[in-house]
Amino acid sequence: MSDEKLLEVTDLKKYFPVSAGVFGRHVADVKAVDGVSFTVRKGETLGLVGESGSGKTTIGRLVLKLLEATSGTIRFEGRDISDISARQTRMLRRRMQIIFQDPYGSLNPRMTIGEIVSEPLAIHGIAKGKARQERTVELLRMVGLQSSHLNRYPNEFSGGQRQRVGIARALAVEPQFIVCDEPVSALDVSIQAQVLNLLEDLRERLGLTYLFISHDLSVVRHISTRVAVLYLGKIFEVADRSALYEHPLHPYTQALLAAIPVPNPEVQSAQKRVLLSGDVPTAMAPPSGCRFHPRCPFAFERCSVEEPAMRDVGGGHMVACHAVENGTIQ
Amino acid sequence: MALLEVRNLRTTFQTEDGVVTAVNGLSFSLDAGQTLGIVGESGSGKSVTSLSIMRLIDRPGRIESGEIFFDGRDLLKLRDEEMRHVRGHRIAMIFQDPMTSLNPVLTIGEQIAEVVRLHLGRNHREARETAIEMLRKVRIPSPEKRVDDYPHQFSGGMRQRAMIAMALSCNPQLLIADEPTTALDVTIQAQVLELMNELQRETGAAIILITHDLGVVAETCKDVLVMYGGNMVEYGSARQIFAEPRMPYTQGLLASLPRLDAPANARLTPIPGQPPNLHRMPPGCAFAPRCTYRLERCDEIVPVTDLGHGHLARCWRCTENLQAAGAAR
Repeated sequence: MSDEKLLEVTDLKKYFPVSAGVFGRHVADVKAVDGVSFTVRKGETLGLVGESGSGKTTIGRLVLKLLEATSGTIRFEGRDISDISARQTRMLRRRMQIIFQDPYGSLNPRMTIGEIVSEPLAIHGIAKGKARQERTVELLRMVGLQSSHLNRYPNEFSGGQRQRVGIARALAVEPQFIVCDEPVSALDVSIQAQVLNLLEDLRERLGLTYLFISHDLSVVRHISTRVAVLYLGKIFEVADRSALYEHPLHPYTQALLAAIPVPNPEVQSAQKRVLLSGDVPTAMAPPSGCRFHPRCPFAFERCSVEEPAMRDVGGGHMVACHAVENGTIQ
Repeated sequence: MALLEVRNLRTTFQTEDGVVTAVNGLSFSLDAGQTLGIVGESGSGKSVTSLSIMRLIDRPGRIESGEIFFDGRDLLKLRDEEMRHVRGHRIAMIFQDPMTSLNPVLTIGEQIAEVVRLHLGRNHREARETAIEMLRKVRIPSPEKRVDDYPHQFSGGMRQRAMIAMALSCNPQLLIADEPTTALDVTIQAQVLELMNELQRETGAAIILITHDLGVVAETCKDVLVMYGGNMVEYGSARQIFAEPRMPYTQGLLASLPRLDAPANARLTPIPGQPPNLHRMPPGCAFAPRCTYRLERCDEIVPVTDLGHGHLARCWRCTENLQAAGAAR
């Protein structure tokens, strides 16, 4: 892995307007992504974890230009892609692709597997006729399917096989960068491992870079090089995998890790967990100051007034927390 | 005597492509106050098992055969109105999605009170009191106000608490929870599991927890039943299942799990192949087509082996040290 920055996101925001009344008056905004900055280095997998409503999926779509950002810049391969034209966006899709969560909803049921996988080749004018056919078969093989699957329809496949089709489609244009949006969440455990291994093999073989979005901290730990933790549209902590899981600093990260049930009854009985009280507040009116403070066991006065800034605590371990800054948490 | 005893349960569904056997000869029993986790992947028959116990299988589904003894009576022989008395009162159930199992046009309080009025014969005022009391028990803040809220005014975690409040309002002897935390975020899941554990200790109700999440089972259940292809493949204490699994499917399931207590870069060992197609079930062991240790006789019906100390496995090779055998290959 190099230090070359493939993707650089700065102060990215996405507000969804909320309207009310007969005239559709604009009454508020859902601040889905509220000032997020991060980089993805070439060849790494950045895991983006968060609970529902944290904005992780929105970030993935903003990066791919599937959604228009409210403000902020996105640089890809050194170029600012925040305000590019529709035509340039289409060109960009040859470099960056997405794998969706739901292998049932993301494949057109009326198209054969062959048509689905070869469609990007046609759209981008990459290959024609026999070459296209050969490339399609090659793509299917790459993801562990066979040429005999070409003329079959998505409904004949299981969830794991469909997800392989989705991966093959994403790989068709030979992208550099893939946003994986909860790619294994809809799959059974035994199949999940097959797809995770496939994604890892492909990254190594094709030199891919992933932005891996998931709510599952065990899965993210398994596949990521670095991990960013999101809460209500903000990044709270970014660190190398080992630093984040072995030495989490932000109280939210700590609580999140403690909440995961470990499949080992012996550990369970020994360990007493810190339980977070309360629910995640709404992104329409996030709490003042640090938006985690109403649920935070370490919160003090300053936390409700002043929003903590991201600080590097050493070795690229970034955390936004007043209690870490003043040394309460070490 | 066991509180619940399921014998040879067989539940089928009539589909356009023929009859599908969702549960195929399942037998197990549950003692009063016991917590049993039923684990399985999609299509393993775990949810149909719980719906069969509640007799909530509707056409095109049908309980073909078997017996379900609850507190000494075969539920499958009860008249509909007798069953209605058992359902909600003696056996309660909570589902995965609290939004679709709550009525959106009735307040939370009305829905809890309805159960109490129906089964315990309380009047309106008493039932409302009980509803508030139950909401307090599941830790809904200011329950005397929230009792008049509608389901959409509750968050996901609160709705699931309200469901638990409703389920426990008649002091059932058995609570069946079908994926109760699957739709919840992990921090909320931890709260709900903790709550269930506490209420279980307090009320002494037996619990059947149906889930695909092995972590949730390890955390909540004393005993575990592993299902695959419509039947039990392994049964034992949580310690036996997680530390000494004897059936290759259980072993495979544990090996394919990315876990926080394993080295981060350890490669996962997936189970090869796909889950069984219920329309074309293998004749013998349902797991045989995906099994590394398959023998010829696995294509015939495989009996359950009692491994002692309550540990059961449906596998010809469950007494061998398979992982060692696998490593030697």
